[in-house]
Amino acid sequence: MDLPRYPYHQSLEQRSGQPQRRPVVIVGAGPVGLTLALDLARRDVPVVVIDDSDHIGSGSRAVCWAKKTLEVFDRLGIGEAVARDGVRWQRGRVFHGEREAYAFDLLPEAHHKMPAMVNLQQDQVEARLVRAVQLDSRIELRGRHELIGLVQDAQDPSRGVTLNLRTPDGLFDMHADWVVACDGARSPTRALLGLSFQGQVFEDRFLIADVRLAEGARPRGLDPARPERWFWFDPPFHRGQSVLLHAQAEGLWRIDFQLGRDADVEAERDPGRIRGRVAAMLGTDQFELAWSSIYQFCCRRAERFRVGRVLLAGDAAHQVSPFGARGANSGVQDADNLGWKLAAVLKGEGGDVLLDSYEFERIEAADDNIAHSTRATDFISPKSALSLRLRKAALDLAARADFAKPLVNSGRLSMPTEHVDSPLSTLDAEAWAGGPAPGWPAPDAPLAGGGWLSEQFGAAFLLLAFGWPVQAQGVRVITLPAEGVAATRYGARPGSVVLVRPDAVIAARWHRFDADAVRAALARAHGRPS
Amino acid sequence: MNKLNLTPGFGAEADAFYAELIAAQAGLSDEAAADWLARLTLILCNHIGDREVLRQAFALANERHD
Repeated sequence: MDLPRYPYHQSLEQRSGQPQRRPVVIVGAGPVGLTLALDLARRDVPVVVIDDSDHIGSGSRAVCWAKKTLEVFDRLGIGEAVARDGVRWQRGRVFHGEREAYAFDLLPEAHHKMPAMVNLQQDQVEARLVRAVQLDSRIELRGRHELIGLVQDAQDPSRGVTLNLRTPDGLFDMHADWVVACDGARSPTRALLGLSFQGQVFEDRFLIADVRLAEGARPRGLDPARPERWFWFDPPFHRGQSVLLHAQAEGLWRIDFQLGRDADVEAERDPGRIRGRVAAMLGTDQFELAWSSIYQFCCRRAERFRVGRVLLAGDAAHQVSPFGARGANSGVQDADNLGWKLAAVLKGEGGDVLLDSYEFERIEAADDNIAHSTRATDFISPKSALSLRLRKAALDLAARADFAKPLVNSGRLSMPTEHVDSPLSTLDAEAWAGGPAPGWPAPDAPLAGGGWLSEQFGAAFLLLAFGWPVQAQGVRVITLPAEGVAATRYGARPGSVVLVRPDAVIAARWHRFDADAVRAALARAHGRPS
Repeated sequence: MNKLNLTPGFGAEADAFYAELIAAQAGLSDEAAADWLARLTLILCNHIGDREVLRQAFALANERHD
């Protein structure tokens, strides 16, 4: 598939020397910035997205898109295409040496619109995002606009932010009410803000190879008709290291070889050597090497995600190891969390503290993701002889004793973080037997008239009423049966009502509808005094 | 006869437990870490205090599946 470009054009404001004040400028046209742009546009907020490049980066990079991300993409109009064109999988298998140690299933439950996980190479996802952005008249995507300076008025934040930009036609300034930095792990915006970006750097080197099997090739073990995530600890074809395998779309496979701390990076880049490693694994040399990269990774985050009227999202704010697919997925969730809040503040419907809650909730999520990612990385790459021996014991015992299975960690796959202490939530006043508590993600369920509950999320706050309809002000009500999948998933009784934020997070819930309580919870969730 | 418990004991905290186990001996030399593990074994055996259960654990640890 041809990848769309966003070639440079001199903007009217640069040509005329008369900059306009923009509500939102997004720096960075990756998956996070483009998702946020589409989200804001759907809330009728015009957006300018700038990027120092004019095309989608090559290579597959991110591969796994989690259910929550697919639900976000779905309401932005590309979720069904990504789910259709990507490879669905839910089973993960973990091997130790020549044996299978353990297998897991991500979503053994039926009745969800979106699958647990879809694999699709990042450039293919970005292509769909770029096309959707280019079709939207409320979004302007400008290539080859490089951010070189950023000025805010500390005394008077309402004066907004000035962005100093370099384009092929020279320097010029843009002005924005709000700026969102989605410009990646090396974020120039973060550097201009002088924010620290600290954490742990892992010494191990990893080699990623994307390979396409030749027609009729018979790789050992792989069944393209049944895609699964395979992870090997210490396999016979790559002794002493780990290997991860994922199926991608269009017959592409992603293989990730751990090379260790002492790898000779230059030697490892040699395509002949890479082919040798892949051939040893697959038991055939009938494949094409489509892309490869050697990398090292870090788990770290920016000290703050908000500085005045500049917000950070995605890799600009936090970075994780690839084990667990928590990078791009958490970035898309940043955008999901931020979009409705920024729109509410711009429209005067929400208080400025909504944007502090973005920082609070997404730092909580980043720390959660970093903790998971760091633990997985420590398991995959033990730092001492005893750590290695304990891991060997856990893997050995996992094959014959249940207690050891949860100790094996080849990456815990991305799940939305539960924001238990969110300042936007109204805590339960009654006992609930189950279901998501305030701050937790709202689960999907099929609707009686066809369609899915997840398709209703996004546009505005929703009040889910179980059993019978209620009359509530300032919120859309959806009546659901008092029994069935939705009622079970939400832990609802007949008469229960659940308030859901536009980013599909539970804001409050009650067993009996009370208009005043709903009004107060809505105010709180908008960062307004009740 | 008491039976050795083989059900997962840490629920959602399994990874946190494992990270703590690794952190507890981080920084020790290999020799010191092996001594640490031996002491830990004796401490836990005493805590369990049931020879029948411990015999089942010894057997499971012994078992090879080659």
